[in-house]
Amino acid sequence: MKLARKHLLGLEGVSRSEIETILNAAESFKEILDRKIPKVPTLRGKTAVNLFFEPSTRTRVSFELAEKRLSADSISVAAKTSSSVKGESLIDTVKNLEAMKIDFLIVRHEAAGAAHFLASRIDVSVINAGDGCHEHPTQALLDLFTMRQRFGGLDGLKVVIIGDIAHSRVARSNLWGLKALGANVTICAPPTFLPPGIENLGAEVSTDLDDAIDGADVAMVLRIQKERQGEHLLPSFREYARLFGLNGKRAARLKKTGFIMHPGPMNRGVEIAPEVADGPRSVILDQVTNGVALRMAVLYLLSGGEIDDAMAH
Amino acid sequence: MRWLIRGAHLLDPGSGLDRTGDLLVEEGVIARIGGEIRVDGEVEEVAGKGLVVTPSFLDLHVHLREPGKEYAETIESGVLGALAGGFGGLVCMPNTTPPLDTNASVRFVVEEARRCSPVDVMPAGAITKGRSGEKLAEFGDLVDGGAVAVTDDGDTVADSGLMRRALEYARQFDLPVFTHPEDKNLSRGGVIHEGVVSTRLGLKGIPAAAEEIGIARDIRLAELTGGRLHVQHVSTARGAQLVRHAKEKGLRVTAETAPHYLALTDESLAGYDTNRKMNPPLRPAADRDALREALREGVLDAVATDHAPHAPHEKDREFDAAPFGVLGLETALAVLITHLVRPGHLSLETLVERMTCGPASVIGVAGGRIVEGAEARLTVFDPEASWVVDPNRFRSPSRNTPFAGERLRGEVRTVVIGGRVIAVGPRCGDNPDFPAPLSS
Ligand SMILES: [Zn+2]
Repeated sequence: MKLARKHLLGLEGVSRSEIETILNAAESFKEILDRKIPKVPTLRGKTAVNLFFEPSTRTRVSFELAEKRLSADSISVAAKTSSSVKGESLIDTVKNLEAMKIDFLIVRHEAAGAAHFLASRIDVSVINAGDGCHEHPTQALLDLFTMRQRFGGLDGLKVVIIGDIAHSRVARSNLWGLKALGANVTICAPPTFLPPGIENLGAEVSTDLDDAIDGADVAMVLRIQKERQGEHLLPSFREYARLFGLNGKRAARLKKTGFIMHPGPMNRGVEIAPEVADGPRSVILDQVTNGVALRMAVLYLLSGGEIDDAMAH
Repeated sequence: MRWLIRGAHLLDPGSGLDRTGDLLVEEGVIARIGGEIRVDGEVEEVAGKGLVVTPSFLDLHVHLREPGKEYAETIESGVLGALAGGFGGLVCMPNTTPPLDTNASVRFVVEEARRCSPVDVMPAGAITKGRSGEKLAEFGDLVDGGAVAVTDDGDTVADSGLMRRALEYARQFDLPVFTHPEDKNLSRGGVIHEGVVSTRLGLKGIPAAAEEIGIARDIRLAELTGGRLHVQHVSTARGAQLVRHAKEKGLRVTAETAPHYLALTDESLAGYDTNRKMNPPLRPAADRDALREALREGVLDAVATDHAPHAPHEKDREFDAAPFGVLGLETALAVLITHLVRPGHLSLETLVERMTCGPASVIGVAGGRIVEGAEARLTVFDPEASWVVDPNRFRSPSRNTPFAGERLRGEVRTVVIGGRVIAVGPRCGDNPDFPAPLSS
């Protein structure tokens, strides 16, 4: 199977079979990562630039490792946003990179649509590593991969996403991906965290966590963005922790086989209690491990690779 | 100069003219209107079959960018664009650098415009000094300089007490106060309409309520003061409803909307096209439909373009970083014919009314009339002709139109103004000397 696209900008509009192709490829790459020498020559001679306008350790390192495991030349740039008049514009920065003959641009930017914008202007394969509050497709794909690993498939699974949905690119990408794979999604948050019309995008909406989490297969906890404190979204983190924090008592309402995910970085004691974050039901570190294989799969498929080839390595 | 158009559709809602016939212009004056005019001697004759002759259009909402941002638009490029769109008059906004908040700055615009073309450029002065929302500008001086209205467009006068005084103080000059209604505490940081589309795109939304609260406040202040209020760029159904109620009460309230709100919806933002980013933002279809209805009824007095040039380098950015505003002058008529008249949402006659005597009554000027003895200020267009919008042919150095590449019907052909007959329209982009006088 091949992927008939050049860019990965989001999961909205990506079909079930495309997602399954990516997850299958990630399966193969995960095996490679377990080998003694976890490296293949697949992308030798290709160049990937990780252009991050927002600080990130986890995602950036995960992409770098994925590129290096595939033998691509990998360069990371921690750039500053140029919303000021003096700075170079995003398009100028990226046109310069394009002129240096790169093959992949992995971009994280604070503006929603930044990856779409660049993909329409340059002749380079663009992977969205997070654009504002819009999408973060590789994070959602690794979440889907982790769920599939546990449950075999996602059809009929009940997934509760808890937290600041309005400002979460992880939530949006997961919503599209989960729906494509047949899961049922409940969004649970205080009304100030619910973006308008979210119920029209195919999610159940709840403002009562005890109720929403009852009998769920997966609780996906989102990070509270403390930098948004000035926006009057919450009276206090204390009250948020009391009403929406995932503590042991609430986690116990999940199905017996249920588990807990968090895209990180965590605020222990706010959205998730320490004993839950580090408890037996948490798969948070599995998510991180799976991230590398998943990103290898995406790079490989976007460069025109086929899954069977990958499995042959 | 003598110019005769034969067998054209002569349409002037302001004077009740709606017939097929001939029209003769002599020395810049409408000499005769009739079934078949006989003339002796030298005359430039035009076959008018299939063409419509109306008073030249008046645009209440144009940003000329000079002084300050001449790379995006100059007064000269702006008035040439106006001619190309069939406009013989326009009201320009004071948010230049420096702003039009003094007699001298208003006078500069009027004089520079006169130097460039016969288009009647009527500035709106600022409500507050420096457009800073703090102290009233000297309305008397602005009026003496040629201002026909005051506005802090681009910003709302946030201080309700100050807005009240502006409406009161303007009364002595019978000066309309134009309001850009927006509660910034609700809209801050927003870039598109708040709704399911903003949720999907992850962009910060501007709730319709931000605009409607502004409209409601200013209508109430118009009632309190007896001042003349004009509501700029109404974009929501509830906003139009507020204006409707104000008019039913007999308040001195008028309102405009722009072609893009009548033609487009927020659904079209899926590709993050910054040439569809404006403030107020494109709204859902229900709002667009309500605006069409309000325009038909006359709740909205005028279509005004909110022509807002931004240079390509300013618009070719990530969505959040691009400035608000789109071009309007050169596409307005065709967009409205294509999206409103042809599908049957609005009659051609009503459209012409909302682009001629409708806006003229907002600022209390006579506007062009097609009557014998009147100064000839005419626009001639072919309502059937089709053309494709090519931004590279615009008179403006800016390219920020949401209609690029769209095939539109309705093409402006000629503007008769100031004793000149000027060939205009989209196809004149080929002519480097535009506007070339055919005769004078
Ligand atoms: Zn405005």
